[in-house]
Amino acid sequence: MRHILSILLENEAGALSRVVGLFSARAYNIDSLTVSTTEDPTLSRMTIVTHGSDEVIEQITKQLNKLIEVVKVIDLNESDHIEREMMLIKVRATGKDREEMKRMADIFRGRIIDVTEKTYTIELTGTSDKLNAFIEAIDRSVILETVRTGASGIGRGERILKI
Amino acid sequence: MQISGAEIVVRSLQEEGVEFVFGYPGGAVLEIYDAIFRQQEFKHVLVRHEQAAVHAADAYSRSSDKVGVALVTSGPGATNAVTGIATAYMDSIPMVVISGQVPTPAIGLDAFQEVDMVGITRPCVKHNFLVKDINELAATIKKAFYIAKTGRPGPVVVDVPKDVTQAKAEFHYPESVSIRSYVPVTRGHPGQIKKAVNLLAEAKRPYIYVGGGAVQGDAAAEVTELVKMLGVPCTNTLMGLGAYPGQDQQFLGMLGMHGTYEANMAMQYCDVLIAVGARFDDRVISIPSHFLSQPKKIVHIDVDPSSIAKRVKVDVPIVGDVKHVLRDMIDLFKQTGLKTNEQHLNNWWKQIEEWRSYNSLLYTPSTELIKPQYVVQKLYEITGGDAIITSDVGQHQMWAAQYYPFKRPKQWLNSGGLGTMGFGLPAAIGAQLANPDAQVACITGEGSIQMNIQELSTAKQYHTPVKVIALNNRYLGMVRQWQEFFYGTRYSESYMDALPDFVKIAEAYGHVGFKVENPADVEPVLRETFSPALKERLVFLDFRTDQSENVFPMIQNGKGLDQMDLPPHMRELQIAPFENNRDYGNMC
Repeated sequence: MRHILSILLENEAGALSRVVGLFSARAYNIDSLTVSTTEDPTLSRMTIVTHGSDEVIEQITKQLNKLIEVVKVIDLNESDHIEREMMLIKVRATGKDREEMKRMADIFRGRIIDVTEKTYTIELTGTSDKLNAFIEAIDRSVILETVRTGASGIGRGERILKI
Repeated sequence: MQISGAEIVVRSLQEEGVEFVFGYPGGAVLEIYDAIFRQQEFKHVLVRHEQAAVHAADAYSRSSDKVGVALVTSGPGATNAVTGIATAYMDSIPMVVISGQVPTPAIGLDAFQEVDMVGITRPCVKHNFLVKDINELAATIKKAFYIAKTGRPGPVVVDVPKDVTQAKAEFHYPESVSIRSYVPVTRGHPGQIKKAVNLLAEAKRPYIYVGGGAVQGDAAAEVTELVKMLGVPCTNTLMGLGAYPGQDQQFLGMLGMHGTYEANMAMQYCDVLIAVGARFDDRVISIPSHFLSQPKKIVHIDVDPSSIAKRVKVDVPIVGDVKHVLRDMIDLFKQTGLKTNEQHLNNWWKQIEEWRSYNSLLYTPSTELIKPQYVVQKLYEITGGDAIITSDVGQHQMWAAQYYPFKRPKQWLNSGGLGTMGFGLPAAIGAQLANPDAQVACITGEGSIQMNIQELSTAKQYHTPVKVIALNNRYLGMVRQWQEFFYGTRYSESYMDALPDFVKIAEAYGHVGFKVENPADVEPVLRETFSPALKERLVFLDFRTDQSENVFPMIQNGKGLDQMDLPPHMRELQIAPFENNRDYGNMC
């Protein structure tokens, strides 16, 4: 099953490679990983999307907690949460495709952020599923390039990941 | 006053009360070696290969309550140390390894003797540091010692670039450490402890399974007290040997791939299992599904939560320092007056005694060929069971574990997790330095000993009179055994041709050597070796042992704990399968 893990870790050189190394050394899956500093510059927050059986996810959580630089780990799946991912997608936009692309971007509440005579670059934010749906919805042959951030997640309401 | 980074390293080690540093100099650590030259507080032990420095530091740690320290240079010095670091990591041994690094401006430029030590060791250390700022050097070393010895112990690497050792700064060694992201648990959850106590009190077939965590966690006294108080059977893993006295009636011997019949059968058929600092390793329980096919309630006490429910799901996980948790369990038994059920326990012991009566460690004695088991038994007798025993890896290691019943924790030092050949001799040197008055023997084979035989030179220089007991069967014995069983006796590269004359080698290094070929000579030679006349000498005993001897019992890959390959004398026996609720009458 797919899980979203939120990790608070020391903002130190090498901390990221410890996390990534752990996943490869123990043959866990990383579907996506995002990381950046938080409002407290000494801390980074990481979101890892992974999948595995309950036992594997339990081990992943424990192994992450064991890393000296990891402050806290939560599995967002354990309660209500919000996840967002951003995609930048460059598409061919010529002839009748140009109008169609604009319409599809509007339907998915995307924004066209760069325009040339032949291309649009669309910014799209949503769950990973929504981004997948957009890719499915448009004609594959017009896609020139995509770049995705990977999912970021946060608990709903009062659930807070902080020291 | 400002001092150099090298002096900060040395002063920090002094602050930690370090007695010995095991190491080997080189370009990147010359500054540190110069600072060592100018101090008197700790001794440096010059090994002949960096791997040996780390094994010696590791064994120094295993056989004492201190943290072993190794010092190596950058590049090849660092990579040579990696096997030793991984060995300590797998067995959770507290250790600090300081490695030199090329100067910070040269890092990443493929400088001479540059290697990414932090990157290379990341998967086999508890933690590691690259110190780029001299102002963080002392605090980093303090943290390294703290991390190494707290929680589940392990090796910590501190990589120090040469320019940092040359820079100058004020020296302040922190009094204490606090790391917000690292807070080891000590006390177990009272509710869980209560559940564990209740399960034991209700058990029909209780069993205590004790691993290296009890040795490292200084919990041998608590293990013994609990087992004695409850009258229950106890087993130790390879790493746990010595945590419970090996000669005691309640001890069923080591369990696992080469465990005794009774220890393994009890593991399979117990109904309440208390795992103490043990991790249900593949060499212990083989396949989890078969192990769990016989229903049992499992309590798992471990300081490391990730050890719990890793291979086996448990009913009562208790995260905490094993010493504290066991103490709390003992206290709770006393407070509540709860006891194990005598009638159930009697029945269980009858079954165990029946298993034990088959004597699964029996071997056929010989007057012509030296049986390796016999050598270990005689060694036990002659040393009064008191020697610190190190071993290498292979058949000799298993025979040492089976035939030398260890009395106390930290008496048995071996590479259980990583299985590192070449561990034994440098480990013996480290153990001897930590325990100058103890008898230290290294049980080894002619294969393993040659992986670090150069350390005979170190032993000479530092007057460590260890006794090397080589069970020389002219084969890589464990490999040969597997090839005999599973590869149609095709002994592919397991034969040691062109063996050296070990007696001459020992003599060349300034030691004493004896070659023993006749079983009748085993005892007298051992007596002479451990006599006052040779007390101050390293003695190398080259025992030419029976080439065909195998280690039994044995659990083949994919087989369960109750599906052992038995020694020859047990194969013809009609052993009744285990029966729940069997009436044992008055048979014992």
